[in-house]
Amino acid sequence: MFASAFSRARDQALAVQGFSSAPVQAPARDIRNTVGNIPMEWYQDFPHVGYDLEGKRIYKPIRSLDELDKFLDKMENPDYWRTVRDKMTGADVKLTDEQVELVQRLQRGQFGDVRFNPYEPAVDFFSHEVMIHPVTNRPADKRSFIPSLIEKEKVSKMVHAIKMGWIQPRKPKEDVPSFYDLWAQEDPNSVLGRHKMHVPAPKLRLPGHEESYNPPPEYLLSEEERLAWEQQEPAERKLNFVPQRFGCLRAVPAYTRFIHERFERCLDLYLCPRQRKMRVNVDPEDLIPKLPKPRDLQPFPTSQALVYRGHGSLVRCLSVSPSGQWLVSGSDDGTVRFWEVCTARCMKTLPVGGAVKSVAWNPNPAVCLVAVCAEQAVLLVNPCLGDKLLYGATDQLLDAYVPPEEERLQPVQWVAATAEEHARGIRLVVQHGKAVKQVTWHGKGDYFASVLPDNGHMQVLIHQASKRWSQSPFRKSKGQVQCVLFHPTRPFFLVATQRFVRVYNLLKQELTKKLTANCKWVSSLAIHPRGDNVICGSYDSKLTWFDMDLSTKPYKVLRHHRKALRAVAFHKHYPLFASGSDDGTVIVCHGMVYNDLLQNPLLVPVKVLKGHALTQDLGVLDVAFHPTQPWLFSAGADATVRLYT
Amino acid sequence: MGGLEKKKYERGSATNYITRNKARKKLQLSLADFRRLCILKGVYPHEPKHKKKVNKGSTAARTFYLLKDIKFLLHEPIINKFRDYKVFVRKLRKAYGKSEWNTVERLKDNKPSYKLDHIVKERYPTFIDALRDLDDVLSMCFLFATFPRTGKCHVQTIQLCRRLTVEFLNYVIASRCLRKVFLSIKGIYYQAEVMGQLITWITPYAFAHDHPTDVDYRVMATFTEFYTTLLGFVNFRLYQSLNLHYPPKIEGQAEVELKPKEGEAYALNSESYMEKLSALSASLARVVAPNLEDEVEIDEFPVDGESAEHEEARRKEQESLEKQKKLFEGLRFFLNREVPREPLAFIIRCFGGEVSWDKSVCIGATYDVTDPTITHQIVDRPNLEKQVISRYYLQPQWVFDSVNAKMCLPVADYFPGVLLPPHLSPFVTEKDGDYIPPEKLKLLALQRGENPESAFSGNTASLPFTEEEEEEEEEEEGGEEDDDGSEEEDDSEKEEEEKLKRMEEQKTQGKKLPVKVTVGTVRLEDKQRRVQEEQNEEKRLAIMMMKKKEKYLYQKIMFGKKRKVREANKLAEKRKAHDATLKLEKKKTKKARRE
Repeated sequence: MFASAFSRARDQALAVQGFSSAPVQAPARDIRNTVGNIPMEWYQDFPHVGYDLEGKRIYKPIRSLDELDKFLDKMENPDYWRTVRDKMTGADVKLTDEQVELVQRLQRGQFGDVRFNPYEPAVDFFSHEVMIHPVTNRPADKRSFIPSLIEKEKVSKMVHAIKMGWIQPRKPKEDVPSFYDLWAQEDPNSVLGRHKMHVPAPKLRLPGHEESYNPPPEYLLSEEERLAWEQQEPAERKLNFVPQRFGCLRAVPAYTRFIHERFERCLDLYLCPRQRKMRVNVDPEDLIPKLPKPRDLQPFPTSQALVYRGHGSLVRCLSVSPSGQWLVSGSDDGTVRFWEVCTARCMKTLPVGGAVKSVAWNPNPAVCLVAVCAEQAVLLVNPCLGDKLLYGATDQLLDAYVPPEEERLQPVQWVAATAEEHARGIRLVVQHGKAVKQVTWHGKGDYFASVLPDNGHMQVLIHQASKRWSQSPFRKSKGQVQCVLFHPTRPFFLVATQRFVRVYNLLKQELTKKLTANCKWVSSLAIHPRGDNVICGSYDSKLTWFDMDLSTKPYKVLRHHRKALRAVAFHKHYPLFASGSDDGTVIVCHGMVYNDLLQNPLLVPVKVLKGHALTQDLGVLDVAFHPTQPWLFSAGADATVRLYT
Repeated sequence: MGGLEKKKYERGSATNYITRNKARKKLQLSLADFRRLCILKGVYPHEPKHKKKVNKGSTAARTFYLLKDIKFLLHEPIINKFRDYKVFVRKLRKAYGKSEWNTVERLKDNKPSYKLDHIVKERYPTFIDALRDLDDVLSMCFLFATFPRTGKCHVQTIQLCRRLTVEFLNYVIASRCLRKVFLSIKGIYYQAEVMGQLITWITPYAFAHDHPTDVDYRVMATFTEFYTTLLGFVNFRLYQSLNLHYPPKIEGQAEVELKPKEGEAYALNSESYMEKLSALSASLARVVAPNLEDEVEIDEFPVDGESAEHEEARRKEQESLEKQKKLFEGLRFFLNREVPREPLAFIIRCFGGEVSWDKSVCIGATYDVTDPTITHQIVDRPNLEKQVISRYYLQPQWVFDSVNAKMCLPVADYFPGVLLPPHLSPFVTEKDGDYIPPEKLKLLALQRGENPESAFSGNTASLPFTEEEEEEEEEEEGGEEDDDGSEEEDDSEKEEEEKLKRMEEQKTQGKKLPVKVTVGTVRLEDKQRRVQEEQNEEKRLAIMMMKKKEKYLYQKIMFGKKRKVREANKLAEKRKAHDATLKLEKKKTKKARRE
């Protein structure tokens, strides 16, 4: 902008001064460029900038000034500001005072010529005043005397159109009242078909106390509420405004979002998809299923009766003798304790040197024998409790074993107890190669099965106590076995893996059923004494009830516990089952199985038993029913065993 | 298995809906025109029950219109008008471009216009339908009436809105059908009962609008176009029902008289008439003079038993309504210039009061400040220079609160400069279990006719009690709802357990057994409590057996209930804290004063 002004000024200067005074720095030589008005960039790459009058090259002056020199020049040269580069010759031209003044005048938007007066008085030639002499002396045209033909033609056309009725006068604006009685003949039946699907727009919510200009003080937001309100998304806010209090009506300002809100309402009215929604208008009481009263389903354990204290660590397992007089419990402190049920007295403590994962009392009432899992061994223990004849007979039975002639290859080692062990009650030690997780007896009391946490096919072993003989029933592993169970009446063997319960027929040596547990990880298994129903607890806090006659899918899934289930148990005689969980509760349910195959089992939760304190996030670890009474034992992580009656 | 193969999405719900774009193409309209048509005709999208099916298997977000609606739009004459208008605009632009001013004139003269009468009739086949939908109409028109006459929309629209709303207000005054008013921070809410329909509308406070930029005024203008038509017809019908002239005429004065006196050039004649009308101070002229004996009295029907009670309640309600209508009858109000004139004049006139204001504030003032017959003067300044003994000086909230309370409230709380009692929303009807602010309780007591003083003192005394009661109830409820019930155990049982535990510990672990016999206490068994507990447990167990779906629903309902209780508790607590701090401050000031 500035440069162009300068160049313009220079041209002007040249024009004003004439060509004679153009060469300012070199008056001797006329070095006017003859290239004409061309973009000077064309000579950018050449050493010259054009040609003089004689046709000789005009060379660009040598410029050896660097930035520093330029700066010094700028600082020192008093005429630096009035020095411009002549594009045509490449020479530096110092502007004279007149030229500078001209530039300044032009910049101010004034005329270049000082003497020029832009405001000279105007002479009005064609004014309203009639002059004696005409301004122009031209005679009038002939056409101003004769009528126009073209106009005549146009008029006649219009006249013709009017005659023919093609052109009509504009209709006067009808002056009907804009509003009248629209509903004079209203017919309520004239509802259109589409109105059947009509969903009227819901009315706007009426304002509450908080919208008042002077609300009760409790409706005003506190500081935290206000912050929370500000941080919420506008769509999520419960109130779309902040309640405010004004002392008087005079102080109330205009609501800034008023137009917004009306506009949003408009958008809702024409843009928002409408749908008829059925409001759930149910009484929540009606949703609760009508179940038989627990009072009518008695007997069942209702309250805690006894606490068996003595263990030093969490009690993992327990088992009740078939007579119901004794109780055995195994704990992480490495002991097995025998208790008298009625007195909560610890009759015997048997240290086994390792956490006891599982104990099982022989279900045969004629035998007094307990299988104990101790690390890598299953100990068969004669607790020597109760009838002397009975436990004596058991010892005799065990002693009557005659080893076979030829040693058979076994997966485990049967070792008779040493004398010291014998004195403590241990009779036989079945040495497994790995830690044993679970042991369970067959109903007859001769066979028992043990589970090893292993990946191979040797996870489940079946032992025969009288013949001291073990075998591995499976050739292939079907997943991690969680627990096993003998069927109470038929030659079936139930194996629970993580997600399935498989029922094998031991006689035919085949798989009869595969129950899908519908849960992530089975933890425990129990079978109804009749043998048709199985319950299965899982670590994802579900209890599934299978009716094996009905389906391989669960008949019912009960989600009663809030944490993982650890143990489930059926009562031998009463229609009861119980589940113990990590949340520290035992839930007793009434589970009636009918003889009539058509009638489904009736499952009613009857009691939530509490008592165990939570330790290390563990609650109840094992539950067992008394064989004859409606009593329930539970072993907990708080190192106690409790009896509920 | 013969027959043709059934293709998907060729029957059923997929054929009942149409997407917006397809509808637009079917109607051959631009999006703006389609929007206008939808607004005018009241066509809105529907949410299909099975969206995926309707969307032909896709789950993309689309809006669906009913195909029937769109087919119905096909025959709309207005669509042709839209097209005509488009052509008109094109021609006009061309004429302008060619500077053919005659053509421009002619085109402008023949500008295509359309009427919405048939659409109003079609959307609202009966008058009652129209009344039912009047909420949005009035709110919108009141908003547009306050717009400045610059830019945002046509001046005619604004003027029309103003005229129609003034007409409506005059009708409400004439029929005295205003029921509730509410000063909110957003604006002033009014509720009127017109022919049995409750109509609620909101008007903004009279300030200049801060026009937002993210609002599409064209949409609002289209709505207003329809709304003004509807409101005009409704007004006509309403005026007719009261035997009033439409367009309204002011009673008792010829138009000539209405003109301002000579030398007082106020406005154009037409304008001044409108202004007079909008001053809301004059009654309207009737076509037929009202006959005072014409009041309809409801006949007494011999009724029996149950319906008699019903009838009685109805009659009582009717009586109270009549009383409310004459709330301000015989009172003469004067509005100071700082109070909002229009709403107050409207409300006071609606309940039979007479109202006036300073002549310089607005046209239509009927009497002066110095009038000795003025009973109430509405002021909104803390201090007044000179006061007249014969009248009450009150803050405007008194008028609003009195209308909502259906009685003239004691004036003491509303004197100028006094800290006003909270202004409560009349639209809230508290159900049991909801939080009721103490002011509302006070008001209810007043309405029941209890002595305000005793009610007040009694209230303060009984308030904590009632609150406690509430809390207790809530606690009980909470207990019932608690389905895990881990905290369910009773105190007595817990104690017992504790005792047992201690005894056990002593027995098992204590070395020395401190054998001691203490005098036994008779244990009283609370039978009711036990039964209650049993029932609670039963319920809890039954809840455990619920199906997943039902359990979800149940828990949702219970959650909602609990949240309500929680909110009510929170409000009550806040109030309590507030009152406590207030008391403390009072004490402090008293002490300071004494010292």
